[in-house]
Amino acid sequence: MKYAIFIISFFLNAALIYVLGTRNVLPLALGSFLSVQEGIWQNAEATDVDFNLDIKTSSVLGKTDVYLDERLVPHIFAENENDAFFVQGFLHAKFRLWQMEFQTHAAAGRISEIVGDKAINFDRNQRRVGMVFAAENALGEMEKDPATKQAMDSYTAGVNYYIRHLSSSELPIEYKLLGYQPEEWTNLKSALFIKQMTNTLAGYDRDFEFTNALKILGEENFRILYSDLPDSLYPVIPKGTAYATPEIALAPPQSADSLYFMRKDTIHFTEDFKPDPSNGSNNWAVSGIKTTSGKPILCNDPHLNLTLPSIWYEVQIHTPDYNAYGVSFPGIPGVVIGFNDSIAFGFTNAGRDVKDYYEIRFKDNSKEEYFFNNEWRKTELRIEDIGVKNTKSIKDTVAYTVFGPVTYDKSFKTDLTEEKAYALRWVAHDSSNVLKMWLLLNRAKNYDDYLAAIRHFNAPGQNMIFASKSGDIALWQQATFPLRWKDQGLFVMPGTDSSYMWKGYIPLEQNPSSLNPASGFVSSANQRVADSSYPYFIPGSYEVYRPITINRNLTEMHNITVDDMKALQNNNYNVFAEEARPILLNYVNRSSLSTEESKYLDLVEQWDLYNNANDKGVVCFIAWWDSLHANIFNDDLIRDKIPVIKPEKFVLLEALKRDSTFKFIDNINTPEKEDLVAQVTSALKKASLMLTELERDNKLEWGKYKNTTVYHLLKNNAMPFARTGISTGGGNGIINATQHDHGPSWKMVIEMTTPTNAYGVYPGGQSGNPGSYFYDNFIDTWSIGEYYKLWFMGTTDTTDNRIKWKISFKPA
Amino acid sequence: MKFIVSAIITASLAFSLGLFLPWWSVAIAAFLSGFFIPQQKILAFLSAFIGVFVFWGGLAFYISFANNHILAQKIAMLIIKNNNPFMLIALTALIGGITAGITAFTARSMALLFKK
Repeated sequence: MKYAIFIISFFLNAALIYVLGTRNVLPLALGSFLSVQEGIWQNAEATDVDFNLDIKTSSVLGKTDVYLDERLVPHIFAENENDAFFVQGFLHAKFRLWQMEFQTHAAAGRISEIVGDKAINFDRNQRRVGMVFAAENALGEMEKDPATKQAMDSYTAGVNYYIRHLSSSELPIEYKLLGYQPEEWTNLKSALFIKQMTNTLAGYDRDFEFTNALKILGEENFRILYSDLPDSLYPVIPKGTAYATPEIALAPPQSADSLYFMRKDTIHFTEDFKPDPSNGSNNWAVSGIKTTSGKPILCNDPHLNLTLPSIWYEVQIHTPDYNAYGVSFPGIPGVVIGFNDSIAFGFTNAGRDVKDYYEIRFKDNSKEEYFFNNEWRKTELRIEDIGVKNTKSIKDTVAYTVFGPVTYDKSFKTDLTEEKAYALRWVAHDSSNVLKMWLLLNRAKNYDDYLAAIRHFNAPGQNMIFASKSGDIALWQQATFPLRWKDQGLFVMPGTDSSYMWKGYIPLEQNPSSLNPASGFVSSANQRVADSSYPYFIPGSYEVYRPITINRNLTEMHNITVDDMKALQNNNYNVFAEEARPILLNYVNRSSLSTEESKYLDLVEQWDLYNNANDKGVVCFIAWWDSLHANIFNDDLIRDKIPVIKPEKFVLLEALKRDSTFKFIDNINTPEKEDLVAQVTSALKKASLMLTELERDNKLEWGKYKNTTVYHLLKNNAMPFARTGISTGGGNGIINATQHDHGPSWKMVIEMTTPTNAYGVYPGGQSGNPGSYFYDNFIDTWSIGEYYKLWFMGTTDTTDNRIKWKISFKPA
Repeated sequence: MKFIVSAIITASLAFSLGLFLPWWSVAIAAFLSGFFIPQQKILAFLSAFIGVFVFWGGLAFYISFANNHILAQKIAMLIIKNNNPFMLIALTALIGGITAGITAFTARSMALLFKK
């Protein structure tokens, strides 16, 4: 009997411990997960947490003190720059380790290792667009420069110092949830991070969709629907600027008419992981002649996916050579957007197309040879090994051609009967040392230093804004942009010979720029950089409306203060609706409307054109206009299984403003001839169905409809770590670009007075730990359009009461 | 009395071992107290259960209170679809307690095998 009892209880016992200690039975190993000394409880940071720390390590040469202020912003005071980067790496790891690793795993196509087979397609896509290839090329170039290599080595050593001293109880909570361990940081991971940003900002491309649209519409109609030169264009560099004539005039290859513009077939591949086309930003700088203080004010708000932990981490870096403050990217050293004692700098995305596809003819399924310049050429096969959690890894063979990696071929999208293969030519693959730009900007003292710094940057193309205490303001659109003959790269190009390849880059000095213009300000908001007088072909995905509001305001403003600039960043005026609403109101047939439909029409009519959170008119307007857009274009464009992309909203608006009998108005699928009145009225009726439902769910107010949400990086898998239901105004095409989960990821206003008068805020918090008060404590301030005063701490401020904790590093 | 002492010993051992061993150190603690403290098997179970239940539950509460329950609410929502932090604290205590209880029971049963 006693043997039986022992045996039964022993097996029960063993089973229990097994179940609680493994993820094979329950989705979590509840024993370790809930253990009070090891599990998630250790991540529940006390609200009176003590961050003070003394570290002795042989990795630093001198003494470095980090003063953490009440918002947990570190002020790093180092005796040399490399120690500062070591400490920055340590701090990034201490507060953001999981995110740094997750984002660089994502860049490298290694997410399946963490979440299992549901990410295989994502990972394959990352490998097949050559993300690791790109990062390796960049790293090679960065490590050739001793200063950059030293900065990266120091940063990496700092991250790894933290990882090596990390106990299992201190592991960030996401590791405990997903059940894995951090690996060593490397310089390659920093390069991968840069490439991930490059993909976010210069990875948007419409070659396949445009190729299909051209086939469906014909060339004349294609040009109408996909113009990137709006009548209302307000370019970054003002109209009327004179540009030098290029030395090289490019012409399309002889075969272009037959092989390029008159393509016989459509393409069924779609890019599943396109970056959000809303990725963009606002920046502007006003000169002292327009400000109350007489000094320039520089503003920047980059629009990205809003995530927790935030993409940004605020930091001050003080070395004997310079003193910089701003936001950094956990993953690379330095300050990315910010200011120093002499200058301020910021960025918006150029949005230019720097990504082209070439059709490749493989000899056979082995992908070992492809036809190029009348011969069979060897590809370079890169075997990608994709680790998958809980199961064995998979292999994927990516063929590299003279253009770049073959992203799409038979082996990738097998659900489609597609025989073709497409290679990717992308500036992100070119080797360059973009990190050097930030290292130099952090210490730049004047316009010349800024110019010398930005030359190092090849991608993603940015509008780099500058202001100095000495009174200069400037803006350059900077990157290496391919030289193109007219229309090159809009569509998929033949890849069987060299005639369609890029022939070089636009010389850097011919990138559009502006220094101290007479208008007293420079600005950019992802619009086309220049009008048609710029002598290069520059396709891209461009914003039209934000720049109009920004420029209209900046032109009128005088005696500007930082408060005026904050108000402008939070401006909700909808200039698109200002022009579009009259069309809706003038052409709707009011007598045919139901009471319900008339009610929505009234809401649009009475709307004050501001996308404010509590407004209902904006939701009705958007629903109505979108419905009109679909009414007018879907019949002409949508064909079964052929990927296309919607024309931009300015295309319809400007076409209707010019001509109320615009040729696309008629629905070609009906025998009747619809006119604009019929389409506008039917659009309202369709929109009303949706609006009725929204109203029933109490979602007719813009803020409720939009439901601004800052997701955790694990998105729907970790909703309790997100912040949902944030009531904000703004939206697409509005200066306050806050959408559902996208918008101003950092808002900054810097007045170049002495001392510097700086403000900033981002929708997150300095700690990446969901169990910390500092995880999301900035969100409320951000959501109501307020800012924190940025404390540019001085060497004599070490007893200031804003300092809450101190971490010091000394050589061992 | 022995029951209470046994519970306290189990909890103290679990705490000490937990400083340098993973979560299953509660099982080691319960095994040691169960094996060496002679009492009825059911009392061995109960004393270890209560000892670790109070230790894990108490420490979890202490940590969570100091944290304003920020994390416990999120984790509770994530794994039991209920944002009540006390549910998570109770679940924690229960898991620690049961692990310890059953192990003490097993250890006692084993000790009895050696008894003539």
